[in-house]
Amino acid sequence: MTAARRVLLEGADVQRALTRIAHELLEANKGAADLVLLGIPRRGVPLAHRLAARIADVEGAEVPVGSLDVTMYRDDLRHHPTRTLLPTELPAGGVDGKVAVLVDDVLYSGRTVRAALDALNDLGRPRAVRLAVLVDRGHRELPIRADHVGRNLPTSSAERVGVLLSETDGRDAVEISTPGAAGQGGAR
Amino acid sequence: MRRHLLSAADLGRDAAVRVLDVAEQMALTQRREIKKLPTLRGRTVVNLFFEDSTRTRTSFEAAAKRLSADVINFSAKGSSVSKGESLKDTALTLQAMGADAVVVRHPASGAPHRLAHAGWTSGAVVNAGDGTHEHPTQALLDAYTVRRHLRPGPGGAGVGEDLTGVHVTIVGDVLHSRVARSNVLLLHTLGARVTLVAPPTLLPVGVETWPCAVSHDLDDALRSGAPDAVMMLRVQAERMTTDGGGFFPSAREYSRRYGLDRRRAALLPEHALVMHPGPMNRGLEISADAADSTRSTIVEQVGNGVAVRMAVLYLLLAGETPDGRTPGGDS
Repeated sequence: MTAARRVLLEGADVQRALTRIAHELLEANKGAADLVLLGIPRRGVPLAHRLAARIADVEGAEVPVGSLDVTMYRDDLRHHPTRTLLPTELPAGGVDGKVAVLVDDVLYSGRTVRAALDALNDLGRPRAVRLAVLVDRGHRELPIRADHVGRNLPTSSAERVGVLLSETDGRDAVEISTPGAAGQGGAR
Repeated sequence: MRRHLLSAADLGRDAAVRVLDVAEQMALTQRREIKKLPTLRGRTVVNLFFEDSTRTRTSFEAAAKRLSADVINFSAKGSSVSKGESLKDTALTLQAMGADAVVVRHPASGAPHRLAHAGWTSGAVVNAGDGTHEHPTQALLDAYTVRRHLRPGPGGAGVGEDLTGVHVTIVGDVLHSRVARSNVLLLHTLGARVTLVAPPTLLPVGVETWPCAVSHDLDDALRSGAPDAVMMLRVQAERMTTDGGGFFPSAREYSRRYGLDRRRAALLPEHALVMHPGPMNRGLEISADAADSTRSTIVEQVGNGVAVRMAVLYLLLAGETPDGRTPGGDS
């Protein structure tokens, strides 16, 4: 009686998607100059570090990586039990005048990205802000789109998309499940 | 976290560590150029102070404002109405104003408990010091300060850690101190060992049931106890005059037997912290030497107080309310 679960991206697919995003970032930015990668915890942070490693492989340039916790900027705090705060760490050079790339695992309603833009606004004034996500599953509730997408996944809003990363979950995969089919109440 | 913070005993080990961890993140935001966060926008925090206080009230006010809550300072000092009635009337007024949280300081022990459980207000109640009973946010900021200095783990500033193995010695007027009681409870919850040092006249009845050791000899406690932190309590002279005094023969004798001076500070281990909740009586319980030494965390404690109170307000107010009620202002 477990939820129907399908694997949409295997480990190798995740690697390929990240490699392509790294190349796209470099192409769009005409090199690695001024790039700052900011991962949104939790899983955006390891993704940002992986992108930086790939950029280093391709371009031989160190791109600063940080993390940007958006919890205190969320618009849905009152609708959930109190969320745990996660670290926000800006690289030493800050973000002023840089091209800040927000990195997250899944783009869904767009509300996390909205919160991230507000959080970033309090930390400095980047020259430009870009958005890179591993998965775009649609169902946007705000006028927000990603600049770089690993994979577009058409989903129903009843489904759940789970991104697993070896840093946090022991392996790389993107899975989709339908909790309703399980009958295991409280599986959300 | 529960709906109110009335006693340090409300917090179990995990809940207490969580407050300290959230405080750590809050402290990081306070090093930024823009310190204000939008988290509690639209919430109202009332500071209800029936007793004088500078640092606690301003600390709560700063914490609430940094989280974008609206702050109403309600100074009820001088009210001649009998305590029960005045507290009830005040509470009903605050309820009418739509207070989401009431931060209360009151000379009567148990007043915050009454406020929280009498059904007069639906807001969260935070005890900011009640009589000689408790002052839980002071204990949290003290624990936070100790953890930052003595538990600098790999995650930085001891995130996720408790205070197992730390020995804290609390010295002075325990009898009149709400800080001491809250600290003993919280430090014990966090796994620290606590020793109280005071003259027998300044220890409360029943102190032997507290989860701590008791000594009357400060020199011995510093020398053989080798505390990791020594916390000096203020001699609360204003509470003594009303009791007729007579707790110790003279200020000079108290200072010589229970004051922390240069000689005693030198007995402490190298890494030990000197703490004081403030305001200090310089020259009585602590000498200027000890208060201004590099191991003193007294000024830092004030700054940490804002971060800890931000954490408490965040944990009490940011999430959904336990009864599913939409908090005030949303209707």
